[in-house]
Amino acid sequence: MVMVVIAVLVWCGGWWLNSRLANSPASKTRAVQLLVPAVFGVTVLVVWELLVRGLEVSLVILPAPSVIAERFASSLPILWEDFAQTILKGALGGYVIGCGAAFLTAILVDRSDFLRRGLLPVGNFVAALPIVGTAPILVMWFGFDWQSKAAVVVVMVFFPVLVNTVAGLRETSAMQRDLMETYAASYWQGFFKLRLPAAMPFIFNGLKIATTLALIGAIVAEFFGSPTVGMGFRISTSVGQLALDMVWAEIVVAALAGSLFYGLVALIEKTVTFWHPSQRG
Amino acid sequence: MKSVIAVLTVVAAIVLFWYVACVPMNIKGVLTEAQRAGAVVQPAEAADRRGMSSFALVAGNSFAIPATWAQERPRLPAPHQVAVELWDTTVNKKITSKRSLVYHGWVTLSATLLGFAIGTGLGILLAVGIVHSRVMDMSVMPWAIVSQTIPIIALAPMIIVVLYSIGVQGIIPKAVISAYLSFFPVVVGMVKGLRAPDSMQLDLLKTYSASTSQGFWKLRLPSSMPYLFASLKIGIAASLVGAIVGELPTGAVAGLGARLLAGSYYGQTVQIWSALFAAAILAAALVALLGLIERLVLKRMGVSA
Repeated sequence: MVMVVIAVLVWCGGWWLNSRLANSPASKTRAVQLLVPAVFGVTVLVVWELLVRGLEVSLVILPAPSVIAERFASSLPILWEDFAQTILKGALGGYVIGCGAAFLTAILVDRSDFLRRGLLPVGNFVAALPIVGTAPILVMWFGFDWQSKAAVVVVMVFFPVLVNTVAGLRETSAMQRDLMETYAASYWQGFFKLRLPAAMPFIFNGLKIATTLALIGAIVAEFFGSPTVGMGFRISTSVGQLALDMVWAEIVVAALAGSLFYGLVALIEKTVTFWHPSQRG
Repeated sequence: MKSVIAVLTVVAAIVLFWYVACVPMNIKGVLTEAQRAGAVVQPAEAADRRGMSSFALVAGNSFAIPATWAQERPRLPAPHQVAVELWDTTVNKKITSKRSLVYHGWVTLSATLLGFAIGTGLGILLAVGIVHSRVMDMSVMPWAIVSQTIPIIALAPMIIVVLYSIGVQGIIPKAVISAYLSFFPVVVGMVKGLRAPDSMQLDLLKTYSASTSQGFWKLRLPSSMPYLFASLKIGIAASLVGAIVGELPTGAVAGLGARLLAGSYYGQTVQIWSALFAAAILAAALVALLGLIERLVLKRMGVSA
């Protein structure tokens, strides 16, 4: 009971601290803007820990953060193997192939007005569909190993990247294209010097959406069959054994991998599209 | 009109490609069956055929091509096989039948809609809180954005099992997964929408000495509608994926996800493809329905032309 009372107190304390910080004159500074969510996150973790211990919540329902952290630290080799199998091989392999194929298709589509009219509505339609459903079929075709996961990822990322790239390649105005023409620029000169740079913000938008989709595809595809390694495999078997601390450890890995992957793409975007208004401080 | 022709051409090209792809995909199975039935195939030994490429087999056994579109358990079913299966399991079966896709579709759809309603409701509430409270904005919003970059669907199997162990089963666990998948897109979109009015408009209301709640109902809420509908469309698609994935880990007996799983266990490819198309049609219908509601709402508000 004491722990529950402390948990309530910690929650109120964290909230009070945050409201002081948020309403203080320093709230516009970068440090405070990072500090406030950090305080919130730590408060949630501490309250979680105290409530789980105070109410003696069973391990099979919700393990305490400290238990998860312990499990995370003690099974690093397994987690790394799963990470390598699912993220590095499955998700990343599929991401590169899928985005590359989508980009090349986009250039093809862009050269023909007829194709663009026909393919864009179809692409938009497909992008809204539950494509994860193709996982059982692709697992059947490409076997249980990472190739089938990469195939699911390819299918999932292809259309969002395609639609965004095609939209981006149309971003230049007629004036700008006319200017290139007066310079007697060839198609490819105009493409590389004007239209591709102008398309970059759109392309990166597609690439960022695709990072999350890639992880989802790679993990969910493993629910349909996998070798005895991989994050989706570990999650579904650990759930079966009620080893929820392991499941949470995998989720921590997935969260870290997802944020890192997204952050990496965002970082590349920042260096490539430094000229765009959204990137200028 | 020109666009319609273009779209139809692309769709026709896809269907044509699909038919062509069926031939090399299914040729090995077809030849094995043909040989068992007594036909002469090139080369005659199954062991020789295993090493050959599918295209070489097609070239040597062109008589077998029509059979690749009519196998019972093909690696890639032909479009008409999927269409026939879809028609059989929707129109020709009673909707109470365990083999009816309408029945399975409804199981998934009901979980999707319940979850979507919960997720959007909570999402809108949180967005209202974030817009009106600086503390909530600064503490919660970064986490809501970060949560968009992580594959939260990985939580799905655990939620099912945990809720099952405390005695909750049936539609609720799937709805919970649907709810949290649609929750974050709605929060992020709705916050953007509620912040859409510019300072001129907010100042104008201030000169009318409007209260905060009047400002909310008369300015912020109406101007957030386009953003809300954009994120609702993302949210409903995510909800459907959540409900389908939620059916996988428990070995559920009903629902589109269960059809996918059962099909992949027993190699019933036609069943997988028809479940997949049913899910696609469902998703498209839900998004289209939201689009229609959006048009009506915006028209009534006088926003869109």
